[in-house]
Amino acid sequence: MLGKLDLSAIPIDEPVPLIAAAIVLVIILAVLIWAGVKGYFPYIWHEWITSVDHKRIGVMYVLLALVMLLRGGIDAIMMRTQLAVAFRSDGFFPPQHYNQIFSAHGTIMIFFVGMPFVIGLMNLVVPLQLGVRDVAFPTLNSVGFWLTATGALLVNISLVVGEFARTGWLAFPPLSELTYSPGVGVDYYTWSLEISGIGTLVAGVNLVTTVLKLRTRGMTYLRMPMFCWTTLASNLLIIAAFPILTATLTMLILDRYLGFHFFTNEAGGNSMMFMNLIWAWGHPEVYILALPAFGVFSEVVSTFSCKALFGYRSMVLATMAICIISFMVWLHHFFTMGAGPDVNSVFGIASMIIAVPTGVKIYNWLFTMFGGRIRFSTPMMWAVGFMVTFVIGGLTGVLVAVPPADFLLHNSLFLVAHFHNVIIGAVLFGAFAGYTYWFPKAFGFRLHESWGKAVFWFTFIGFYVTFIPLYAAGMLGMTRRMQHYDVAEWRPWMIAAGVGTILMSIGVICQILQLAVSIRRRDELRDLTGDPWDGRSLEWSTSSPPPVFNFAVMPNVTGEDAYWQIKSKARQQSLASHEPDYRDIEMPRNSPTGFVCAFFATVMGFAMIWHIWWMVALGLVGAFATFVAFAWRDHDEYVIPAAEVARVDRANIAERRAAMDLAETPA
Amino acid sequence: MTDATLSYAAHGDPHHLRGLQEGPLGHEGPAPKRIVTAYGFWIFLLSDIVMFSCFFAAYAVLLRQTAGGPSGSELFDLRSVAAETAFLLLSSFTCGLAMIAADVRDARRYQIGMAVTCVLGLGFLTLEAREFADLVARGAGPTRSAFLSAFFTLVGCHGLHVSIGILWLLTMMAQVYAKGFRADVCRRLLCFALFWHALDIIWVGIFSVVYLLGSAT
Repeated sequence: MLGKLDLSAIPIDEPVPLIAAAIVLVIILAVLIWAGVKGYFPYIWHEWITSVDHKRIGVMYVLLALVMLLRGGIDAIMMRTQLAVAFRSDGFFPPQHYNQIFSAHGTIMIFFVGMPFVIGLMNLVVPLQLGVRDVAFPTLNSVGFWLTATGALLVNISLVVGEFARTGWLAFPPLSELTYSPGVGVDYYTWSLEISGIGTLVAGVNLVTTVLKLRTRGMTYLRMPMFCWTTLASNLLIIAAFPILTATLTMLILDRYLGFHFFTNEAGGNSMMFMNLIWAWGHPEVYILALPAFGVFSEVVSTFSCKALFGYRSMVLATMAICIISFMVWLHHFFTMGAGPDVNSVFGIASMIIAVPTGVKIYNWLFTMFGGRIRFSTPMMWAVGFMVTFVIGGLTGVLVAVPPADFLLHNSLFLVAHFHNVIIGAVLFGAFAGYTYWFPKAFGFRLHESWGKAVFWFTFIGFYVTFIPLYAAGMLGMTRRMQHYDVAEWRPWMIAAGVGTILMSIGVICQILQLAVSIRRRDELRDLTGDPWDGRSLEWSTSSPPPVFNFAVMPNVTGEDAYWQIKSKARQQSLASHEPDYRDIEMPRNSPTGFVCAFFATVMGFAMIWHIWWMVALGLVGAFATFVAFAWRDHDEYVIPAAEVARVDRANIAERRAAMDLAETPA
Repeated sequence: MTDATLSYAAHGDPHHLRGLQEGPLGHEGPAPKRIVTAYGFWIFLLSDIVMFSCFFAAYAVLLRQTAGGPSGSELFDLRSVAAETAFLLLSSFTCGLAMIAADVRDARRYQIGMAVTCVLGLGFLTLEAREFADLVARGAGPTRSAFLSAFFTLVGCHGLHVSIGILWLLTMMAQVYAKGFRADVCRRLLCFALFWHALDIIWVGIFSVVYLLGSAT
């Protein structure tokens, strides 16, 4: 009846996950009861869960990322605490639990923090920057988000029902095969990634089509803001890379469920094929995360230097070069496979070549700052912190791209330090920069500046205190994924890294406080102009938060830095009083399709993990029924009449003008 | 005033591209829905082809890993495969006829074309199922060797696509029957036709790489 699932799946002998899960459950219940008592359910259902508005979906993606960042961060704290004490002792966590922690940490941070964070920012910002009213496929957008949430949910269910993978974040076979991992851990891993991977692919198709086919009048490719370019490159990579992940995990699933022999040790299976396939996805994935972050920094550096981006066209070229070369370096993740000096040389050189366009970008940002009037607001702090940190990470990357050096450093903590250096330095800093930069656009008020600076300094310093010691320990020969150790020279570095983790945790607490303080003081932080940073691209030309239709009249773009031009022209010719010609606007109707799809995907994923076959069938039938019902709909759009558009727009303009007058009076 | 003029001149066109960017090549604005939908679906199909390419790659890597079991030349019955190919290519042709009928809003011919496509697709699936059942009965199932795992996965994944395509086809017949050739129904028809033809492209790959080259080993 319930397949492999019975009461023994609940890990009663391990108090840590149970207590953690109990706390989370209590919090969720409390929130649900609070929302129920206050009568917020209809609002949440109609305005958020079924919303197909790209701005709302973007916000939900970022929210998911922030929640999962806490989960992944707690895993990180547990690992660093373990290693600070596990010198000639067993520490807090037994090996089978410790292995789950580092596997879950990596999986969560990449798939359920990095991905939703950057996809959320792209969803929120790209249609606004392109001057259009929505993405190409609004309902599919919602499906994509909810499938990602399903994956995250399954990973968290594994905390209390069963176990998570103990195989590391990429579940290398033969360890991940049934023979060596008979439990459900790897199944949680594969199914949550299959489902969320489909969600990511949907988001990728959607955003590529949006950038290529939906741009406002006059928005030629070479007038697009840099963030749109990096979005295009990143989503092209999603389309080309995520199917590889899907196929590879499918093969692993077939091995585990039906006794196939893709990666097994028997009957001719080839586990190194898994390495090749998974890294053919995995290396582009690094750039799927990093390129949007580069885009955020391009926007931030140019805005806060009050200058147009230096070398715009070289930046476009560098972005697209990275997009292509990122597919030609995957083998550097396993130089030690023994492919021979020729193959290793080719991939080593390719890995060094990819540093060139990245270097071009660094110089472009530096020259954008050169001679600019720089304002060190929080997003700019993240950008400068990124440039310093990322150069160090990039250089250690070029170091491990040298095959002979890699033979010594492979799977050591040096490598762990390197990829945290680039991923935290670029992706996390970029995500935080974007979060602070576009928060006022999404919600209509800015985040508190001093708390933002506190977040930055604790995270920035905490990062160095955590990861520079890991470089050192790696040089001393410490390998990754160790549950305990008995080499005395490593001990001080592990303690130092533990101290750094405390600093970074304080950064996280500051981040939560910043949000709380900002919400409480939202009236004094209110942004009435729609343009709190003196921005240059079109998202700043509409109100904060934008109306559901984004732009009352679709903007007409005549050059780069479209909004900067509009502002200059308006000041020059005082055209601001000119009343545009308002028309009816068609907008997509909200739809529960995404949520229902995700519900059935969760049912099916969970049933697959526990071999509950009738429930799998139920999930499949439900998913198909949802598809047919969605396809059967008659009215997927509604019309906002011109009078209503005019009313909203006039109110916005009046508010904005009042705010500008207020700002100009003292001067 | 002068300040504003200067800043416009300096920042409005920071890279002095004025000549390059203006003129008749300016962008006209968002594309019509039909283009957007078909374009997005094309991109999805590309991703699907990338997925198939992984299964092709796995097949190529594992081709000789028969683990002492039968190889392709001992297993493949090219006559049955030729019949499958004929069914699939013919179904693409009738699918094309149905789309032409849809273009001129001829519901009867459209339904006939789709029904024939469906029957041909089912014929293809029947032959494939027979081939698979026969292989399993001869002890050459997917668990026998890595080579057979890769074979069943690649060919089976295509078969799964055809099955999903048939479900979709029936949905589209019902939609046209109930709603007529509405603009949104026609956009879906366009996507369906793209999907069905893409399955042909993949089948040509399977026919050449799996069956023809496989029979030679």
